Amino acid sequence: MSARIFYEKDRMTVCLDGEIDHHSAAIIRAGIDEAILTSRPRELVLDFGGITFMDSSGIGLVMGRYRLLSSMGGEIVMTNLPESISKVMKLAGLEKIGRIEERMNAV
Amino acid sequence: MKVTNEMKLTVESRSVNEGFARVAVTAFASQLDPTIEEINDIKTAVSEAVTNCIVHAYPEKVGRIYISASIYDNLTVRIKIRDSGVGIPDIRKAMEPLYTSLGGERAGLGFAVMESFMDKIRVRSVVGKGTTVTLEKKIRGRD
Repeated sequence: MSARIFYEKDRMTVCLDGEIDHHSAAIIRAGIDEAILTSRPRELVLDFGGITFMDSSGIGLVMGRYRLLSSMGGEIVMTNLPESISKVMKLAGLEKIGRIEERMNAV
Repeated sequence: MKVTNEMKLTVESRSVNEGFARVAVTAFASQLDPTIEEINDIKTAVSEAVTNCIVHAYPEKVGRIYISASIYDNLTVRIKIRDSGVGIPDIRKAMEPLYTSLGGERAGLGFAVMESFMDKIRVRSVVGKGTTVTLEKKIRGRD
């Protein structure tokens, strides 16, 4: 999995590509956290458009970033969710912790 | 219910093997001509079970994960994920949604996913000996 990070005013967008599982989530999260702590965005957009697979480790990844953003008074937005991962997202009730937006254009 | 095909796979409990294990089992189940959703269900459930072995069963060392799958003449696939690790002291508690013994980035949803995505799940465990998770799904295909 890879993450490309874009900045626009006080919004940080993380475009995720590939598969999110326990292995890849552990690798990617430090880099995302470093970017969050450096730029301190008001809004963190997680773009799942390039994600081909996600298990509950992806839920943990979102939850961890949500906790970090919350501690800074920020918000999470999830966008471009592929149909294939909507089932696991719904099971976890992720719509309760962040806004889900249908489609956002990549920067 | 008669077995028409079987496979066995052993991997080390390294997280890098999670992808391989779920794809291998899914590829085996593909002979039943599942829908994309059924493929995804199996892939995700197996990923959860294998991840549990890696994260929980062998905390101090690298152990073995024994995966086997059987296909039955009624179009059911039965998948067993077994480890010889630490075992689960309280299976009911472990299977509670959102419960995790670890905290950190663990969502505590592994069993919830397995239960939701598969038709049946059975968990057997002996502390100090290991755990076997058996998952079953009937493939309905493009009906």
